[in-house]
Amino acid sequence: MILFFADVWHLWLRHMRATIRLPIWIAVTLIQPVIWLTLFGQLFRRVVELPGFETTTYIQFLTPGVLIMTAMFGGAWSGMGLIDDLHHNVVDRMLATPVHRAAVIAARVLHAAFTVVVQSFIVLALALALGAGWPSVGGTIGVLVAAALVTAGFSAMSTGVALLARREETMIAVINFFGLPLAFLSATFMSAQLIPQWMQSVSKANPVNWAVSAARHAVLGTDTSAVWINSALLLVFTLLMVMFATASFRVYRRST
Amino acid sequence: MDAIHVENLTKTYKGGVKALQGVSFNVKQGEIFGLLGPNGAGKSTTVRILSTLSQADGGRATVAGHDVTSDAAGVRRSIGYVAQATGVDRWATGRENLTLQAQMLRVSTSTIRARVGEMLDWVNLNEAADKLVNTYSGGMKRRLEIAMGLVHQPKVLFLDEPTTGLDPETRLALWRDLERLRAERDVTVLLTTHYLEEADALCDRLSIVDHGRVVIEGTPSALKADIAGDTVTIDIGDAGVRAGEILGGVNGVLEVIPAGALVTVRVRDGATAVPLVAAALGQAHIAVHTMTLGRASLDDVYLKYTGHHYDAGFATATGGKR
Ligand SMILES: Nc1ncnc2c1ncn2[C@@H]1O[C@H](COP(=O)(O)OP(=O)(O)OP(=O)(O)O)[C@@H](O)[C@H]1O
Ligand SMILES: [Mg+2]
Repeated sequence: MILFFADVWHLWLRHMRATIRLPIWIAVTLIQPVIWLTLFGQLFRRVVELPGFETTTYIQFLTPGVLIMTAMFGGAWSGMGLIDDLHHNVVDRMLATPVHRAAVIAARVLHAAFTVVVQSFIVLALALALGAGWPSVGGTIGVLVAAALVTAGFSAMSTGVALLARREETMIAVINFFGLPLAFLSATFMSAQLIPQWMQSVSKANPVNWAVSAARHAVLGTDTSAVWINSALLLVFTLLMVMFATASFRVYRRST
Repeated sequence: MDAIHVENLTKTYKGGVKALQGVSFNVKQGEIFGLLGPNGAGKSTTVRILSTLSQADGGRATVAGHDVTSDAAGVRRSIGYVAQATGVDRWATGRENLTLQAQMLRVSTSTIRARVGEMLDWVNLNEAADKLVNTYSGGMKRRLEIAMGLVHQPKVLFLDEPTTGLDPETRLALWRDLERLRAERDVTVLLTTHYLEEADALCDRLSIVDHGRVVIEGTPSALKADIAGDTVTIDIGDAGVRAGEILGGVNGVLEVIPAGALVTVRVRDGATAVPLVAAALGQAHIAVHTMTLGRASLDDVYLKYTGHHYDAGFATATGGKR
């Protein structure tokens, strides 16, 4: 068990170092939330005048949404690094050592979750600058937990897809196909009460929507039980995806 | 006990490619053993099964006393594995690569730093140790990988085509590293190669594999002796025909092939035959201009046992002897 945590830690450090050495990644990480927040914030500024919004300004409403969307994509793209490792024989080299198999996946998922937590602080700071205020301590923890869980879930899913598909093209197609629809089939940009009935029904089964609900209620401090329930759902989703990734890993190892 | 024991391994990939059709060999502790064969012969498949990365369909194999199927963990602790294609992390430094590898291979925390330093020294990568591997040359990467395969002082090291894709100079440097390895460390090495000269120069023993089968096994010199012995080429001016009769009677001569002024004599063993040949020619008052001794090459062995010539593109890649 101690060896497992040591493996996760050492592999996590490897991912962290690679990330820090990628200036373009840091730049995009900083700029993307700015674009989402300012563009969407301006574009839809006046929708809060409609009845059904929990907030007085749209930026306040939008912040948790953008934060979760960033988290979802952060997790979803994390499988790309694994494909690179597969193609460069790094995974095989590791599998020929006693390193814990599960640690190879866990380190990647935790790395994605950690970077998203860092990104979340950036988004929150930006929102603060744009006048959305800063959530309470409990709210901050709640929103970070929701972001970390949704990232972990999507990162595990992405890892599983990477191990099965082993091609960048497939990965890009899958993310393009599912990413934005999942974001729009939720209350990310629009109050749940204002989206069509069928979309609301679909969104009830959408992990992104669970995360947005948890994050928004946490930030606004409106409904603590909704934060708990949605976080629990997210946890189940994440565990299922980890099981999927583990099974995919077994498929990969049997295929060679 | 043998360091590597391979018994009748078979493997059919999904899609029906019969990669291995009953491969068997044994490697003794401390030996450098070669698997020589053309593309698709099954060399990598064998090495991947022995390093637990792949599962055989049939047969049995033990590495350092551990069964590759029932005790995969034991195998992984005892081996270093350097894949055919590079397996280094390009976005980390050489030192970071080595350190992580040592950690994964359960080198004790207190000794990692020293061991990593020692290995960097050993493969002469001290200066580049803290540069990103992305900036390394092919030879540097290969050396780093060999260091990574040795960082935990394994009993057995697998090297899958360690010199493929390297320029001749780098290849020679790597040969010297491997010879140093044999001299300085008690490690069993299983290496695969396309190159006849490489197997000849480095291996204590080798197997020629073709189409998933071992066609012949032995020491390079025994294999060569078995096929043709040595070749003595003599330049004797216009005395060619007479010399043919004289040389045919010399002890140890297998065959005499006159071709104008140059007579090629195939002998069982060059070292003992050359003085006898020289003496016989001297007695017959035949003046010898030059006499050169050559060894039969593994290519001849290859030809005999596989029924086809070794691919010239590979065999001459280092300007090798043929
Ligand atoms: N993962 C795989 N799936 C299907 N077939 C494979 C796989 N790996 C290898 N093969 C096939 O198995 C056979 C043996 O391949 P292997 O890689 O062991 O040969 P090799 O001797 O290492 O060749 P090379 O010198 O080209 O590296 C080949 O016909 C190859 O196409
Ligand atoms: Mg190969």
